[in-house]
Amino acid sequence: MSDELVLSSHSSTPMYAQIVEQVVAKVMAGQWPAGYLLPSIRELASNSQVSVITVKRAYMELEHAGIIVTQHGKGSFVADRPEASRSMLEAEFRTQLTGLIATARKLGLEPRQVRKRVDEALLQPSDTS
Amino acid sequence: MSLAIALHGVRKQYGEFALHDVALTLPLGQVMGLVGVNGAGKSTLMRLLVGLVRADSGTVDVLGKPMPDAQVEVKQQIGYASDDIRLYRGQSLRWHMDLIGQIYPAWDETYAQDLLSRFDLRASQKLGGFSHGQRVKALLLLIFARHPRLLLLDEPTTGLDPVARAEVLGALADVLRDEERSVLFSSHNTADIEQLADSITFLHGGRVVASDDRESFLDRWRRILCRGSIDTWLGEDPGIASIRESAPFIEIKTHAFDESFLHGLRHRGLEIVSVEPMALEDIFVTTVRRGANP
Repeated sequence: MSDELVLSSHSSTPMYAQIVEQVVAKVMAGQWPAGYLLPSIRELASNSQVSVITVKRAYMELEHAGIIVTQHGKGSFVADRPEASRSMLEAEFRTQLTGLIATARKLGLEPRQVRKRVDEALLQPSDTS
Repeated sequence: MSLAIALHGVRKQYGEFALHDVALTLPLGQVMGLVGVNGAGKSTLMRLLVGLVRADSGTVDVLGKPMPDAQVEVKQQIGYASDDIRLYRGQSLRWHMDLIGQIYPAWDETYAQDLLSRFDLRASQKLGGFSHGQRVKALLLLIFARHPRLLLLDEPTTGLDPVARAEVLGALADVLRDEERSVLFSSHNTADIEQLADSITFLHGGRVVASDDRESFLDRWRRILCRGSIDTWLGEDPGIASIRESAPFIEIKTHAFDESFLHGLRHRGLEIVSVEPMALEDIFVTTVRRGANP
């Protein structure tokens, strides 16, 4: 079975970022455990039908974030740093939170109203697995 | 770095049409998408690379060899697909496969069989009975199955239905596995190019109007929606490719996006409403329009 990602060319999320997201998700779910050998850049590009340069860029970001390590001539492996994926998602969460607050301010919402809406949203069942 | 293609100062006059000072390089193992409207010069460029025509001036090197002088030598390693190529209507696809198999030692019958089923083609059928889409797929099968080191595909997906297009792009993605193989493919369907190409070149009126790697291209271009009013400085900013106003909004398209660009807009009293990446099609149209009205 080949490793292939499900990417959309119509998403507003750039291709490389979709690759990063999906690799992080696989790592966090334990599907790709520490030491797991990732598909080579060309293999993943071919299987997922995206350009080689796009996968290269995604792998560079993943490496930069400490989620994968690349050994020359051997390939890229999932790093033995479980907190790396977490801190990447943490950073994303902070960015989204900043955006949420900015929009709330544009709407002129009171902090109390924002908290209430967040609490309500938290009670909704999760739509992602 | 070895180059699959290197063009320097290439000119070619063809009646009314001319290619002007075309400079272009494609490193080995990369895929380049060539985008241009009809008459932009895409096919002429391809013919120069295959050695079908000679440049009036400049140099054309393919797989390290000068063209068209080395065309006999290089031809074995090039797979060229275009409307120029005619298949025999009275013969079956199998007959064509056997013919190519005899000429090219690298013919891979196993891969050919795989492509036959993926392209949903019948080898025993005569080409005369094929639809346009089937003929295109048959031609690509005959080329792909001999594993050429350089694929020159002139509008390989034009006129194909969505299913056939997906099949062809899937087969093209097979090539990405091999770091020795390079592809130049042209299309006016930017979506096809956006997906698979490592680098993107815009050709317009016989000139290269932009050429860069895919990621830088998409990174640099943004559509920025602002609130405020247009001042004279906006038109003078070289980073701005287009401006449209619909009060109270101003839409700015830039090819020089970064944090300092946004900072510059804020500094000039504009409120940033949204920043969105642009699809290649929009980038292409904006580039061409800007070129037309400098």
